Amino acid sequence: MQDFSYHKPTSLDAAVDAFESLEDGIFLAGGQTILPVMKFGLAQPSGVVDLSAIGGLAKIDVSGTTVSIGAMTTHAAVAASKDVRRVLPGLADLAGLIGDPQVRNRGTIGGSLANNDPAADYPAAVLALGAMVITNKRQISAEDFFVDMFETALDDGEIISRVDFPVATQAAYAKFANPASRYAVAGVFVVKSGEGVRIAITGAGPSVFRAQDMEAALGKDFSAAALEGITIPADGLNADMHASAEYRAHLIGIMAKRAVEAANGNGGEK
Amino acid sequence: MPKITLTVNSEPVTRDVEARTLLVELIREDLGLTGAHIGCDTSQCGACVVQVDGAPVKSCSMLAVQADGTDVLTIEGVSPEDGLNPLQQALHEHHGLQCGFCTPGMVMTASALLRDNPDPTEQEIRHGLEGNICRCTGYQNIVEAVLAAAKTIRG
Repeated sequence: MQDFSYHKPTSLDAAVDAFESLEDGIFLAGGQTILPVMKFGLAQPSGVVDLSAIGGLAKIDVSGTTVSIGAMTTHAAVAASKDVRRVLPGLADLAGLIGDPQVRNRGTIGGSLANNDPAADYPAAVLALGAMVITNKRQISAEDFFVDMFETALDDGEIISRVDFPVATQAAYAKFANPASRYAVAGVFVVKSGEGVRIAITGAGPSVFRAQDMEAALGKDFSAAALEGITIPADGLNADMHASAEYRAHLIGIMAKRAVEAANGNGGEK
Repeated sequence: MPKITLTVNSEPVTRDVEARTLLVELIREDLGLTGAHIGCDTSQCGACVVQVDGAPVKSCSMLAVQADGTDVLTIEGVSPEDGLNPLQQALHEHHGLQCGFCTPGMVMTASALLRDNPDPTEQEIRHGLEGNICRCTGYQNIVEAVLAAAKTIRG
């Protein structure tokens, strides 16, 4: 790995200052993506701004209506949070399925969202629940946040501070994981709330997306059977060494049914 | 160069390190603790797992500077002076290793699992070991060893 200058600010403002002083800086959260990428030489930053010493970024606050998760909260902390599990168990389940235990002990929700890997798990929950991404500058709705593969609405030097998830009546996630990396080959997060049904799909396309046909069918009948015969076109889905676009389209249907069954309390994919 | 201070197996360590130094490089090359293995070097295999403040992490995917101020435990720090700990003993008795390359990482991961969940199911053990790859055993005997160790530790 090419060497770099290392900065460990203790406030968001100081982090922005450090970033702006660098020719080609990056922010470091848990490092579970950026460090492997730097080891491959695919990123060669001149300086790294470590966000781990900034206070208050690893807090979980749960109220009756909102689950608020600080950007530096690890996946392991979300998975183990009794408060999150009590009001939004589907979100705790999702966090417990990310990567593996070691990745969950380091990786953070802010790092995952800022990276927007097409096969990451969190984007499905953020979009399906209609969460709000709060940065040092503004609030960004889930609809606006995810732009394209590895691309978000974040400006250069903008830092996520927390994510606010509205609590839903029912919410669950099901994914078909790559057996080596545990990334989602296809992952489906389904939400039923007072405002209706929302489904978001990760892993299958260039970026997370919603499935309106499925949402409409589940809005009338929230059961796995209601999804019978509804297909997602393979056009535009990802095709790689792990799965063809057609296979991913098929998996979306299966994972959507499992997610609905899990949301209805009938078990589901773990 | 950044200066870091940490403890490794209860011994205080202070070093000036290049920012790019990985935790596993500090442990193996500087401290000479070669039980944490570099297998894939891409954060998949888990041969390099150590515990940082009690949490198993892949030391090939963490910078040494990120371990500043932490308490690091490696495989060299887990055995009693007179032999093996219950998990190591169970791996021995249940033929939970063949070549042994993955074993240090397995021990560091499974010991944290047993600390947090003293009576795990087979499924919980398999889920907990997803980040540790073994190419010899097929996992069956490793899982049996962890189940047996859990029983021994519970007493």
